[in-house]
Amino acid sequence: MQDFAESFSLAFQLIFSADADLAEIVLLSLKVSLSATMCACMIGMSLGAAIAIFRFPGRGVLLVLTNALMGLPPVVVGLAIYMLLSNAGPFGTFQLLYSPTAMIIAQTVLVTPIATALTRQVIADLHTEYDEQLRSLALGPFATLTTLLWDGRFSLITVALAGFGRAVAEVGAVIIVGGNINHVTRVMTTAIALETSKGDLALALALGLILIGISISVNAALMALKGTARRFAYE
Amino acid sequence: MNNIPQNVSPNASFAVTNPLLPLRAEDLSYAPDGLALLDKVSLQIAEGGISMILGPNGAGKSILMRILHGLIPASAGTVSWRGQTANREIRKRQAMVFQKPVLLRRSVTANLDHALNAAGVPRADRNRRATEALKEAGIAHLAARPARVLSGGEQQRLALARALSLQPDVLFLDEPTASLDPASTAAIEALVLAAERRGCKIVMISHDIHQARRLASEIIFMDRGRIAEQSAAAAFFEAPSSAAARDYLAGRLHLPNGA
Repeated sequence: MQDFAESFSLAFQLIFSADADLAEIVLLSLKVSLSATMCACMIGMSLGAAIAIFRFPGRGVLLVLTNALMGLPPVVVGLAIYMLLSNAGPFGTFQLLYSPTAMIIAQTVLVTPIATALTRQVIADLHTEYDEQLRSLALGPFATLTTLLWDGRFSLITVALAGFGRAVAEVGAVIIVGGNINHVTRVMTTAIALETSKGDLALALALGLILIGISISVNAALMALKGTARRFAYE
Repeated sequence: MNNIPQNVSPNASFAVTNPLLPLRAEDLSYAPDGLALLDKVSLQIAEGGISMILGPNGAGKSILMRILHGLIPASAGTVSWRGQTANREIRKRQAMVFQKPVLLRRSVTANLDHALNAAGVPRADRNRRATEALKEAGIAHLAARPARVLSGGEQQRLALARALSLQPDVLFLDEPTASLDPASTAAIEALVLAAERRGCKIVMISHDIHQARRLASEIIFMDRGRIAEQSAAAAFFEAPSSAAARDYLAGRLHLPNGA
């Protein structure tokens, strides 16, 4: 118990002293996860909106696939990206393995199905409500899409935050494609795993507390946003 | 190329020829999954005045209006606007207001701006036209408010202002005053009459016989997916020619399937 108490004390010291190593790990985590979330949202929201309002051959299959891929096991994604980016793989020439870019790619693959499936639901609900009005205005497909995306903006921010939550807490894929290299690809989750295995609970705890703090902040932002949207009936 | 004349001024007198009319529907049927909701409906709507579609629930009024406006395809039959099949340009010269107003999750002004933008109105004119429409509807003071927090009556006035800001040649109204209080109903009716005086053809569905007496110049009475009669409003209320219309006006219950 004494060890745990000491670890907590050290962890708080690391956080409040703005330890350089700790800050580097946190900043890289945020950079990787925010980049991945942005990429995943650009792909997933466009795809989700298109699936919601357009009818095309294979739409049903795409729908089932998207929903199924929401539960993609991160280690399997990590393995697949590893094989694609390794020297023997088709993208080996780009030398991306064990780089933050590889981690962004892995997290993008993990978050895209979430962004797609949730966006599809948001836009499909909105489309049902707006359909006759938009067709009455003789709106074309692109204008319909942009109208729905804009009017679903508050719900779509929620989608983005959910995606970010998944990305920042993920460890399986980034440890495979990033390698957890100090000062290069070490992020919060991989560092926690490593430091725990080494018995350095202080740094692991400090990172864990920050991760929980980020998670709480994301949820608080989400609730505040929903409250604002509801107050102005924009949701 | 279509031969429809260019935009008619909103202040044009009643005598100006409506570029879309007459509207002709021939043998329109609508039978999703084999269930005949509209059965070989033929009608002609000429310019001028307010054509009111009356009839009991389930008569096919809303379906007919949606087919005429091009929102749903008929299972059979044709619709033509001054001899032309509907196209995107013809659709853009029409507007529709629904029983439950569909308002975007935006401000009152942004709702009008969106519709005007969709109609291709230049940015410089959009603000002026939106302001004018809101003033006419008596809701200019609500311009900055989120549209969906307005009261039911205000929302319907906004929906009508949005439709009228497009300066349509034909305006479809699907029970726009259903569930509104008398004051809101009067405000909507005043807007409708003003639009009609500017030369906009109004095609309206209502269940309110008093409203039909106040507004209609022509009645299209529907029953069980068919047009039972189409006649001048005065003649209709004086002496309806169909038994279904006589029952309807007398308030006699008329259950489907002869039950």
